[in-house]
Amino acid sequence: MMTLKKRRRIQVIVLAFVALGIATVLIGYALQDGINYFRSPTQVTEAPPPPSEKFRIGGLVTENSIRTVGDASVAFSVTDGNATVPVVYVGMLPDLFEEGQGMIGLGSLVDGTFQATEILAKHDENYMPAEVIEALEAQGVYQGGRQETEIGAGNDS
Amino acid sequence: MIPEIGQFALTLALMTAVVQGILPIWGAARNNAVWMRSATPSAALQCILIAIAFGALMRSFVVSDFTVVNVVENSNSLKPMLFKVAGTWGSHEGSLLLWTLILAVFGAAVALLGQNIPTSLKARTLSVQAWISTGFLSFMLFTSNPFDRIFPAPLDGNDLNPLLQDVGLAMHPPLLYIGYVGFSIVFSFAVAALIEGRVDPAWARWVRPWTLAAWVALTGGIALGSWWAYYELGWGGWWFWDPVENVSFMPWLLGTALLHSAVVTEKRGAFKSWTILLAILTFSLSLLGTFIVRSGLLTSVHAFAVDPERGAYILGLLVLSIGGSLTLYAIRAPKMDPGGLFAPVSREGGLLINNLLLALATATVLFGTLYPLFLEAITGDKISVGPPFFNASFIPIMLPLVIVMGVGPFLSWKRADLPGVFDRLKWVIVITLISLLVVWYMQTKGPALAVLAMAIAVWLLLATLREWSLRIKLGQVSFSESRDRLRRVPRSSHGMTLAHAGLAVCIFGFVGSSAWKSEEVLFVEPGTQIEIAGFDVTFEGTERVQGPNYVAAVGVLRVMRNGRDVTVLRPERRTYPVAQSQTTEAAIRSTPAGDLYASITEPANEDATGKWTLRILYEPLVGLVWLGSLMLVLGGLTSLTDRRLRVGSPKRKIPVATAPIAGE
Repeated sequence: MMTLKKRRRIQVIVLAFVALGIATVLIGYALQDGINYFRSPTQVTEAPPPPSEKFRIGGLVTENSIRTVGDASVAFSVTDGNATVPVVYVGMLPDLFEEGQGMIGLGSLVDGTFQATEILAKHDENYMPAEVIEALEAQGVYQGGRQETEIGAGNDS
Repeated sequence: MIPEIGQFALTLALMTAVVQGILPIWGAARNNAVWMRSATPSAALQCILIAIAFGALMRSFVVSDFTVVNVVENSNSLKPMLFKVAGTWGSHEGSLLLWTLILAVFGAAVALLGQNIPTSLKARTLSVQAWISTGFLSFMLFTSNPFDRIFPAPLDGNDLNPLLQDVGLAMHPPLLYIGYVGFSIVFSFAVAALIEGRVDPAWARWVRPWTLAAWVALTGGIALGSWWAYYELGWGGWWFWDPVENVSFMPWLLGTALLHSAVVTEKRGAFKSWTILLAILTFSLSLLGTFIVRSGLLTSVHAFAVDPERGAYILGLLVLSIGGSLTLYAIRAPKMDPGGLFAPVSREGGLLINNLLLALATATVLFGTLYPLFLEAITGDKISVGPPFFNASFIPIMLPLVIVMGVGPFLSWKRADLPGVFDRLKWVIVITLISLLVVWYMQTKGPALAVLAMAIAVWLLLATLREWSLRIKLGQVSFSESRDRLRRVPRSSHGMTLAHAGLAVCIFGFVGSSAWKSEEVLFVEPGTQIEIAGFDVTFEGTERVQGPNYVAAVGVLRVMRNGRDVTVLRPERRTYPVAQSQTTEAAIRSTPAGDLYASITEPANEDATGKWTLRILYEPLVGLVWLGSLMLVLGGLTSLTDRRLRVGSPKRKIPVATAPIAGE
């Protein structure tokens, strides 16, 4: 005969497993549309994702590419030195968004144009998104230089 | 000279910490009272030494001593004094120094205030605390010394990142750190109890005020951070599920669970090993937070130090402390006595559900925060996990929690009378259902989940108020007797009422501002008119304004409603010449009903001179987010002033707080 103590303990364990099961289901369900892949302009050009997929693109803002379009849109292009992808964005550009600087955009590719819903730029002068550095390195564009010394600034200097 | 004194004090503090980490705990093992008592003076000495170091660094910032690298990189002679002082902890090195200072202050507080803690427990706790101190002091001295000199000294400094030059943000790190580090005390208590092999209700009573203090500070820190993001980043959002936000939110969630399970351990002697585990995990998540922020592992809007070497050091500390404490837990916890029995429907049962759901919610946030790292390590795919993930996983776990939260305080310990509870809540249920229908009828857009969440918040608020009014017998007895009862009810239960009601108020704000927000983004020229949420807004142009270390273009927006002047919004676009950067200062008109929020930037290309990008938002009820947070903080503080916690008296009368209203 099971003691009351033992029965309570089993109840708690069963409850914990049920809860864990629910959490797993919720996480699995949430992962379906909650995650966004990162793609470099080269990857986007070589294998364009379908318009239904939201993903992130990152690289440098091409020099002299920023234009305003219509009432509220900004158009520019993003490059990793090999391929260039046009971007359209409705909204306010971040404070440190500049030509020739790193950016990351979230959105989808429609008819060869990246329609961004969100733009992140580096948030201060010391910061370059790690993904952008890697994407640029993959194309041999990134030589470190200013950015790298800046990133290392404050360390043992 | 002064920076050298700081450096020297820091080195001495490290040595003191090493001694404090060895002697008292050894004394406790060998029952040597003198060695055990050495913990008190060494904790005090360590605190004084680190305070000297901190003072030295602060002085270097205040007088703009540009021979110190840290000052050069984070300050400027033109910067306002407040931000010179705040610059002390604005950098990586300075913030670490602040971290260790708070750690030492807490350690000294335990040493000096904890007179009634048994000598051996106190000695062990302070030794464990000193281990953490040793880890951080050595980390600072070996990898990120705040007192490094530079030669030749530059004429002026690089200035602090202008985004960080803000009163809210100046206070944000100290509060957050008090929260993180406060949990370190609880961690030390937990590890000491494991070494001691004994957890009794008295232990929980010593732990509770520290948990509560840490929780209050963390709540305040998170709320300030989100307030800063709201008005400073110019996006009009207050929570982005950004990795750096998540890592401060996880200790908060788990700390909340700890706060509630410690109550059960104190009152009923149950949940002992679970409380210990929560104490270990909460601090582990705080360390993880420091690690993620400092290592720049995750792409984040906040990341400002990218340095793998430091990351490796903190990772080492992390493995050592989490691995060590969990191993100790695995060895010692099974021997603990499981404590009192309780029926599934009881106060304990309710708090068990609270703990389970909070732990699950923490797990989903942890999963979403770390998943990109694992995936990249395993498959090489780079992904990011966005708000949709957290909304779909976190919110469904929290909503049932809030429902249970309404009932929980009505339940009595051991066995509760559920029909009786529902009988007392019948009007609350009726009003909740009516408000559900009203919100449903009124809502024109926004998801159905928002309607449900609103109704659940109404439920929580009303149930909390009902519990409070029953406790003081409002309306059942004469008013003066109610007032008398109001005074006699322990502060901790007033605190609970305030905090629970605060969460309900927060939820109104969360839901209102995210589900019923209106937003417009467009290019404007002087004369452009916009209509948003019933307001007519006219852009009249920009003015130039000179600030102390910046120049600003100020947009002038005339806001009218039904032909009458409401206000003039003046969003700013600031340029900081020294830091060579720009910031957006949003203009906000706050009313209880909602905020009208405007920010401007110049378009990024030259062909559009004279045009500005205007972003204007109307966020209903958003002010309630911070009002609710304030209530949470005040609730925690009220509870902290409870006599029983302050005195820590071991008297075990039947506590009034636990006297179930069910029996009335």
